Amino acid sequence: MGIILSLLIAAVVGGVSFGYRTRRHAAFGAGLGLLGGSVILAAMGFCMFDAEAESTEAVLGVTLAAAFAWMFGAGSRAVLDQSGDGKAGGGFGDSEIRTGAYRLGWWWPWLLLSPTLIILVFFLYWPAIQTFRLSTKLTRLGAPRQAERCLGNFSELLVPNPFLVAALPLAAIGVMWGIGLWHRRANPDTWSFGVARTLRPFGIVFLLLALYFIFENENGGYRQIYLNTLIISVGTVALSMIFGLGLAYLSYQHIRGITVYRTLLIWPYAISPPIAGILFFMMFNATGGVVAAVASRWGIDLPDYTQNASLARFTIILASVWKLLGYNLLFFLAGLQTVPRDQIEAAALDGANAWQRFRRIVLPALGPIGFFLLITNLTYSFFDVYGTIDFLTKGAPAGATSVAIYELIRVGVDNGDLGRGAAQSVVLFLAVIGLTAWQFKQSEGRINYGGA
Amino acid sequence: MAEREQSLSLNVGKPGLIKGRSWPIHLALCLAMIIILFPLAYAALISTQTNAEVFRFQLTPGTGLSDHFDQVWNERNIGRFMWNSVVQAVLITVAKTVLSLLAGLAFVYFTFRGKWIVFFFVLITLMMPTEVMILALFRFVSDLGWKDSMAGLVVPFAASATGAFLFRQHFANLPRDLAEASQIDGATPLQFLFRILIPLSWNTIGALAVIQFVFVWNMYLWPVLIVSDQDKQVVQVGLQGLQGIETGLTFGPLMLAALLVSIPPILVFIALQKPFMSGFALGADK
Repeated sequence: MGIILSLLIAAVVGGVSFGYRTRRHAAFGAGLGLLGGSVILAAMGFCMFDAEAESTEAVLGVTLAAAFAWMFGAGSRAVLDQSGDGKAGGGFGDSEIRTGAYRLGWWWPWLLLSPTLIILVFFLYWPAIQTFRLSTKLTRLGAPRQAERCLGNFSELLVPNPFLVAALPLAAIGVMWGIGLWHRRANPDTWSFGVARTLRPFGIVFLLLALYFIFENENGGYRQIYLNTLIISVGTVALSMIFGLGLAYLSYQHIRGITVYRTLLIWPYAISPPIAGILFFMMFNATGGVVAAVASRWGIDLPDYTQNASLARFTIILASVWKLLGYNLLFFLAGLQTVPRDQIEAAALDGANAWQRFRRIVLPALGPIGFFLLITNLTYSFFDVYGTIDFLTKGAPAGATSVAIYELIRVGVDNGDLGRGAAQSVVLFLAVIGLTAWQFKQSEGRINYGGA
Repeated sequence: MAEREQSLSLNVGKPGLIKGRSWPIHLALCLAMIIILFPLAYAALISTQTNAEVFRFQLTPGTGLSDHFDQVWNERNIGRFMWNSVVQAVLITVAKTVLSLLAGLAFVYFTFRGKWIVFFFVLITLMMPTEVMILALFRFVSDLGWKDSMAGLVVPFAASATGAFLFRQHFANLPRDLAEASQIDGATPLQFLFRILIPLSWNTIGALAVIQFVFVWNMYLWPVLIVSDQDKQVVQVGLQGLQGIETGLTFGPLMLAALLVSIPPILVFIALQKPFMSGFALGADK
């Protein structure tokens, strides 16, 4: 019953994600979805639909089938699109080579590529597969014995109510989709279009909220970790991008000594996340730090940041923003080179003030680089922030600054619980895949793979 | 008009986007600079002070610097950590540059069956951050017996999609006649790579080298997991020993060590700033 339902859903998702312009497309997509869904379910031996499995596991099984169906469908669509016209991905079709290609033995390119491919297979692909396999097991670090847990490691992270787990994300996706549809269909001259356009960016908020409510809250559940990660990454990304853009705008001016300013503003890029943590550990230290001293001189009794959840998170955000600022400044400076200058001059002649020129001409031109920075800053605040946290708070107080990567090391290595740690890795993996999918969708063929 | 030409010759780009007096901009930039420099300047001050001086909030340099240096350099042996990091950084940078050059060569100057599959296979790794699979990688590398070894620190990071795509992009923008001419001369692909492509790619190589050096030097999570022998440890993890609260934390040595460890990447960054900017970040205006 569960198997049939999930394969049915997989087929539909495959068809939708592959594209259903013609009947043949739809059938092919459905086949791909069916393949994707059955590959993952068969790999796990259909264990989530066994009689003794929890119902949350069954829901997760259906989700898993749908996710793999989507990956197969959308992935094949992307590959077909890219190989169709060479320029989208910089071209990896043979059309890019008009002249100057070597005509030697077939093994030449493979020989040149083999070192790269071997390392990627052994140290990226193999561990990735292993992560998925470990996530379904109960196994300890260094111990040879393992037991099958099916999706038990995952259902532990979620609320024990299978209905909520299924309904909330579906509702959020439905709302997002609905707003998108409304936006496309509405007449651009009516107020309804304006409302839809304003609402559209908030679609993601519904999804984030839904995820908040499906994570387990009782006894040290994952909801706390999710919230920490969300607060710290959103805070870091928003502040570092706003300040980075402001600084870049200032240091793009043609004034004396600007190269000195730039060098002195960019260098924190070279500082490591652990050292950013150490420097802020010193400044914010309750007994010896300058921040507490200055605050008490002004009559403010600042609590110890290691005891106060909000202050601890804020300190981590501050340290990360400080470290990221130089990087963002550098790339925004590069982006400002692409701003159409004649347009700015024309707008100035037409009487547009500085803010209007910035809002209407500079910001849109910075779109692609801003998007690139959004992704790199998010990656930073997901993963590299580990070093900063390890030196600043070590997750204190009471786990209020333990973000996903920190928790996964604590569970997987410090507690030696490899299976549970791997399950958290998979959750993080899904977040990364979701982000990348969003990135592909946003940039729609104008990504430059050479630039990152 | 004259001003514009002058600004171009100064190589600082075209005139700014804000019109008007320049002192408000100077003021704002100075303010930003002070704020950004403050954590480091403060760490430098603390690094000279004994704990007693730190708790008195003394604003002048203290008396502890030579003691701290002795503690950091001789007792903690931070030079040893730095040497390990230098070896790791050089090995990874060289390996990654060479492998990326070879991959770029294959992608741009060869046509072969299944090229797009290989391309896709490499491309996908861009969305597979090591951190996500770090537990399985840790177990795999431990099983290889590479714990506490340079191989464990270097080999997993010796290849990257980023590098391969960087050179692929760069080669694709070079004139096609180069390859034709060298083929007519009968040069093998490797001769072509070393005699023609590499001399034309120093900016890109420099950019990749800066990124890799800073990346490796600042690496933290992986060495925490894979290295437990203090003699094999790298710098960022080596700092942990100085923060050990149990033995009674002294701020000075920790700050001094943090500053010492930060010097090499900042120097590399400043020294290679030019190729970095022109080869990587500002590649937008080819």
